[in-house]
Amino acid sequence: MGEMNLDNLSSQYFDVLKELGNIGAGNATTALAQMIGTKVDMCVPQVRLLDFKDVGDLMGGAEKIMAGIYLALNGDIDGSIMFLLGKQAARHLVDKLMGTGPKSEDEEFDEVEMSALKEVGNIITGSYLNSLSMMTNLKLIPSIPYVAIDMAAAILSVPAIQFGMMGDKILLIETQFFDELKLSGYFILLPDIDGYSKILSSLGMGDISN
Amino acid sequence: MSQIIKVGMADLNICVSPDGITTLGLGSCVGIAIRDPVTKIGGLAHVMLPDSTEIKNNSNIPKFADTGIQELVDQIVAKGGNKTRLVAKIAGGAQMFAFQSQNATMRVGDRNVAASLKKLKELNIPVLAQDTGDSYGRTVIFYPENGDYIIRAVGKPEKVI
Repeated sequence: MGEMNLDNLSSQYFDVLKELGNIGAGNATTALAQMIGTKVDMCVPQVRLLDFKDVGDLMGGAEKIMAGIYLALNGDIDGSIMFLLGKQAARHLVDKLMGTGPKSEDEEFDEVEMSALKEVGNIITGSYLNSLSMMTNLKLIPSIPYVAIDMAAAILSVPAIQFGMMGDKILLIETQFFDELKLSGYFILLPDIDGYSKILSSLGMGDISN
Repeated sequence: MSQIIKVGMADLNICVSPDGITTLGLGSCVGIAIRDPVTKIGGLAHVMLPDSTEIKNNSNIPKFADTGIQELVDQIVAKGGNKTRLVAKIAGGAQMFAFQSQNATMRVGDRNVAASLKKLKELNIPVLAQDTGDSYGRTVIFYPENGDYIIRAVGKPEKVI
């Protein structure tokens, strides 16, 4: 198998990664609905392969304040997974989960609310990983969740740097959830260099590039 | 009318006073600002990784501290900057998530800062100021006119180094 390089991914493999994203995000939505106890709808996720220089323009600008939840992965694949959502959406989910009633978007998260936010990320990424694990038969062990609330570009620099070791593009999956509000969330799955090959070959796919 | 030139992730550019140059939301990446104080020609590189020789796929010059800084200096000199007068300021290199891990990938912010300082030293470019490390993102704006390097972060007062 040739060396993995996302820059010349064939459309067939792009479709497979898209489908993995769809199923994972679907499961994550179900988990989210159970967690906050309301019906949550989801749009068909968009899978995007972006140049680094365009990363900042996604998600409403490089300086938009986002919450990023990051978990390292071990097991059959080493790597990491990140879930990002806007601060307003994070505030909304945390308020729902805590049952404290809505607070202003500008209000900072206290220690307990940060824990709640980590738990949101844990459940959403956990259900995503479960579906990936079931489809591929690969064992994926996530670390504890880490949270950062900061500018979108600054948070995205972490996965971008990891993608940067493989090529010049970043692969991410955009999912829109709706309960009373429209909430945009982004998944970034980051297997290490061998990881994509392992995922795809476990699904019976051969050489990755064109 | 002066304008502010934007530099993306893994990107670099130069400008001439009174124009300024900016990059938004530096995380673990490092923003290296260099200028010639006499001709007031300057530039900014937004590098993601420390060392192009560690990576096989390394044709993207502005992505790495070693090749990015070299290219930035070459472009400033080509525009009329004098290599012996160049001075630098750097910012960024944060660790965005509080890992305990010793994993080198996780400490890439520190490594980017160290690699940038090393390359600048190798080129005999003095580093006049730096605002690096910690755990928060930074937006930076650089003015080759007076060398002001403005740093903005979420929930913190603006600072000039």
